[in-house]
Amino acid sequence: MTPARHGLGVIKPGILTLVQDLGRFGYQHLGLTTGGAADEQAHLWANRLLGNSAQSATLEICYGGLQLEAQVPTRIAITGADLQPTLNGQAIHTWQTHNLVAGDRLHFGHPKTGVRAYLAVQGGFTIEPSFGSVATVMREGIGGLDGKGRPLKSGDCVPCSATKPGPLMRVAPRYIPDYSQPLTIRVIEGHQSHQFHPEDRQRFYSASYRLSNHSDRMGARLEGPALKPRINGIVSEGINFGAIQVPPDGQAIILLKDRQTIGGYPKLGTAFARDLFLLAQRQPGALLRFTPGSLEEEQKALRRFYAFFGFTFD
Amino acid sequence: MTHWRIDPAGADALIVRFGEHIDPALADTIRLATDRLRTVASVRDLIPSYTTLMVCYSPVHSDFERMAAKVTHALEGVSAVTSDARSAGRRVEIPVWYHSSVGPDLERVARYHKISVEEVIHRHSGCDYQVFAIGFAPGFAYMGNVDPSLATPRLDTPRPLVPAGSVALADQQTAVYPISTPGGWNILGRTAVKMFDRQQHGLCPVSAGDRVRFVPVSKEEFLRAGGNVE
Repeated sequence: MTPARHGLGVIKPGILTLVQDLGRFGYQHLGLTTGGAADEQAHLWANRLLGNSAQSATLEICYGGLQLEAQVPTRIAITGADLQPTLNGQAIHTWQTHNLVAGDRLHFGHPKTGVRAYLAVQGGFTIEPSFGSVATVMREGIGGLDGKGRPLKSGDCVPCSATKPGPLMRVAPRYIPDYSQPLTIRVIEGHQSHQFHPEDRQRFYSASYRLSNHSDRMGARLEGPALKPRINGIVSEGINFGAIQVPPDGQAIILLKDRQTIGGYPKLGTAFARDLFLLAQRQPGALLRFTPGSLEEEQKALRRFYAFFGFTFD
Repeated sequence: MTHWRIDPAGADALIVRFGEHIDPALADTIRLATDRLRTVASVRDLIPSYTTLMVCYSPVHSDFERMAAKVTHALEGVSAVTSDARSAGRRVEIPVWYHSSVGPDLERVARYHKISVEEVIHRHSGCDYQVFAIGFAPGFAYMGNVDPSLATPRLDTPRPLVPAGSVALADQQTAVYPISTPGGWNILGRTAVKMFDRQQHGLCPVSAGDRVRFVPVSKEEFLRAGGNVE
């Protein structure tokens, strides 16, 4: 395959920049995880600002350092973390659209707030999906630009079509999340919640935890008062996005987009997806609290959330 | 008689529990349930495992109450046909070259049970194994149960690299490594069969609920089938 010549040229890939969409479904029974944008809220806003399909791919730019050159005129949107982006050396705002002409240089610095910025182009990037999705899962070697799970590297071209300039669109300030706020994660309890002593569950909901710097796209590791499940392990079973599992050392792990599909540690419950999108923007060391939440409430809210972004799943 | 219970697993998934303990008989029931649920609307993913089946659904089109009702309806009668559900899965033969050059733990397993290497091979290839689940990595099939006369604990220190195609056992489970990866299972030999192949229809030669028989082959047969000794 010859490399595409038109799109966004990668001068420097930054710390970690991945092509993402809303994930890969229908292959978990073969051990393929879903992957997908860690912060769906910011990802969906970037596409919405440009009138793209909710299924369009974005670049997930983790911690910054990415340098791009537009090879075609294009309209872009940047949402999520404020990685202090500049266009030809001039600071530009996030959570809005920008018109680029060929030759424009777009640089991302380091995080002012948040962790992951999302960059969309009008009409979406034109990348061949692997198993129905472009989501990059490095551990499995699936998805991304090359279909083999590789993050962006210098010399890559992220292909997109030339588009005409368009009007400035921005997200109303009341919708822009403040990633510096303390985060409380709501939990839907499950059948294994009773594998924990009532005092342990009490402790989990009253204590503060810190986000460990061993966290990654597979899981968010928590540091804080240890929890002692009544059992060390369970018979391995499917694990959903947001499952809060507790290994024998007592330090909980929240399973995220690149999780393994099955696992054998007891679970306290499953975190609200919308709270995990905000967790994806917290840096290691951030303080986290947990509170029981209602399944019905989250189902209604999640339906509204996806309806707002025009996402119908098929 | 099969009983199950349904629990929520977040706002877009539920888990059906068919039992509490690993039991090859459950695998047939779970395979049958998986096949029945495949065509149910709003289902996005089905993840069968040893005693459970996780059903992931679209949170836009369904919710726990509605999905639990659909699952209950679809599973009606599963228990009644369990006795002939043996046909639910297929029987797949996997040729294995058992040799110390590609099975560095043959000796260790033999010593552990005070038997010969030949006897290790005989026991490992002497019965059908149930595929309980696929996970850990794409195409990694957890199979069992390995007879107690062969079951051997994992290595104290995992190897930094287990080559793709390695046939291995850990306690009462056996598996084939689909990709080269670190691992702590006892390696007995190697197969030329690709456990996860993008070029192959269905991607994996086995699914949960299938039965697998390992068949000893010579080095020549292994190489002729495309086996890799590196």
